[in-house]
Amino acid sequence: MAEAPEPAAGRATMGLAAWLAQAGPIPLDARLEVAAGELHALIGPSGSGKTTLLRALAGLYRPRAGTITCAGETWFDAARGCDLSPQRRRVGLVFQHYALFPHLSAADNVAAALGHLPRQARGAEARALLAQLGLADLAERLPATLSGGERQRVAVARALARNPALLLLDEPFAALDARTRRHLRQELAALRRRLSIPIVLVTHDLEEAAALADRMTVLERGRTLQTGTPAAIMTRPASHAVARVVDLQNLFEGETLGVSETPPETLISWHGETIRAAGALPFPPGTAIAWTVPPAAITLHAGPGPDGAGPKGAINVIAGRIGEVAVLPGIARIVFLAGDGAAAFVFPRPPPGAGPPLPRPGEVASIAFAPEAVHVMPLIGRLETIAV
Amino acid sequence: MVFCSLANGPAETPVDWTAFILSLELAGATAMVLLPFGVIAGRALAARDFAGKGVVQALLALPLVLPPSVLGYYLLVAFGAASPLGKVWQALFGHALVFSFSGLVLASLIVNLPFAVQPIERGFAAIAPEIREAAWVSGLSRWAGFLRIELPLAWPGILAAFALTFAHTMGEFGVVLMVGGGIPGETRTVAIAIYDRAQALDGGGAGRMSLLLLAFALAALGLVQMLGGRIGRRDG
Repeated sequence: MAEAPEPAAGRATMGLAAWLAQAGPIPLDARLEVAAGELHALIGPSGSGKTTLLRALAGLYRPRAGTITCAGETWFDAARGCDLSPQRRRVGLVFQHYALFPHLSAADNVAAALGHLPRQARGAEARALLAQLGLADLAERLPATLSGGERQRVAVARALARNPALLLLDEPFAALDARTRRHLRQELAALRRRLSIPIVLVTHDLEEAAALADRMTVLERGRTLQTGTPAAIMTRPASHAVARVVDLQNLFEGETLGVSETPPETLISWHGETIRAAGALPFPPGTAIAWTVPPAAITLHAGPGPDGAGPKGAINVIAGRIGEVAVLPGIARIVFLAGDGAAAFVFPRPPPGAGPPLPRPGEVASIAFAPEAVHVMPLIGRLETIAV
Repeated sequence: MVFCSLANGPAETPVDWTAFILSLELAGATAMVLLPFGVIAGRALAARDFAGKGVVQALLALPLVLPPSVLGYYLLVAFGAASPLGKVWQALFGHALVFSFSGLVLASLIVNLPFAVQPIERGFAAIAPEIREAAWVSGLSRWAGFLRIELPLAWPGILAAFALTFAHTMGEFGVVLMVGGGIPGETRTVAIAIYDRAQALDGGGAGRMSLLLLAFALAALGLVQMLGGRIGRRDG
């Protein structure tokens, strides 16, 4: 996973800064800041406004309010009536289905975006760009005769041809088979190291975002909910809605009971148990909250808990039984049904032979996790969250 | 039977080439004037959403379902010497609009609207909106995007519109008879000449001219079929 770049001085001038808002017809309330050279993933379920936001950045969609500045230029400022056309924005856009011109060869597709060069120079430059992407032999081919991966690379070459100040990628891997996708992801990771412009990648694939992006922004119903490194968002989401969008495992709802003094811990009532979260969190007693515990932080113990053969002195001990044991390559995945079976925890175990023997489904057991591993989030807007 | 007496009729005359050439001129003029309009209207209907779009599409399709005699009657009334249009025409050009070649062209333009607009609209509608947007994002102006990307992609539809308009005008009968009256050398098209020959029991002349129009129509439809296949391929 790539490290997040420090917010560099001058980001506002060289990078992208956008704020877009409107009540309808497509609701938007989005803020986006992407530094030059940063690959920023925009993630959210379908219908969350990712593509609309991307189209607005490209000048293909005009929101009611907001501003977009990139590379020191103002592209859009609704209050001042400024709205540069897509032609004047110097933006490269790779469409989800690539939108190659079907009647033009790969080279002519790229040359079409080289309008800033003299006519005689375009052919050679188009071929040079195609060669950089490993398509030197396919320059004369029509898009219909290219494979999905080759079309994607032609689309990337066309997007880069304008020497853009901003590169936008709309689900560029969605239409590809798994093998080509893996290969082209590596190519994109290599390509981006050569680019010193902000790159925005729209995806609904978390794994893709985590593998490629420096930072990501979570979008739901047109609202940007949280921006941060993929690791930060996936382990410490700012809200229940973010946790839902990133499909967090072991996500539960509870109610705060209060704060204990030594050590300062927040007490949560959950299915008749008291869960302890480290720190005096700023939720008044009686607040409906969501809480989560990372799968890797969960320990498994034989027996029902402290009264039986469970871990003595441990806190956050939950009794129940094993629901499901799935053995995957290199790892086993346990589903643990708590108490009355109303809630399920998922966590990994070493595969057979690499650790203690795996439990059997139906076995009585207990799990435990440290208060430091518990992450508590506000539950606001729970009823409005999207159906995934 | 009428057909038998026609086929065996004694009065054998050659093809009425004056009428045939008049039909060619009418078809050519109609197609040349309608095509630019068809491109503008077809592109607008395919690529834009506007209030009353459905009404416009229905009105453009009306000549397809309206009996030619009904359309011809209304055009006759609209073009007549008593109508505002007829008066203006008389004042400007010194002759009546009805029963003139100009009147025939004007009527033919209206009759052929669906044949010109619909194939072009389908041609433009087959272009995915992202293709148009990709042209703009690539830096092509709206005009350059239209000329270099959209027009070549919609070209099969435009050629189909030309072939259909041309062939349909060659064979148009009802409206031409109502508005033109069948004056030799001025408004008697080949379709009317066939009717006149058949009325005069000249089976040979009617047959030869009918065969000519049949060949024309088949060639036009063959062209449309071929081009329609190309639209499908590009779409996919």
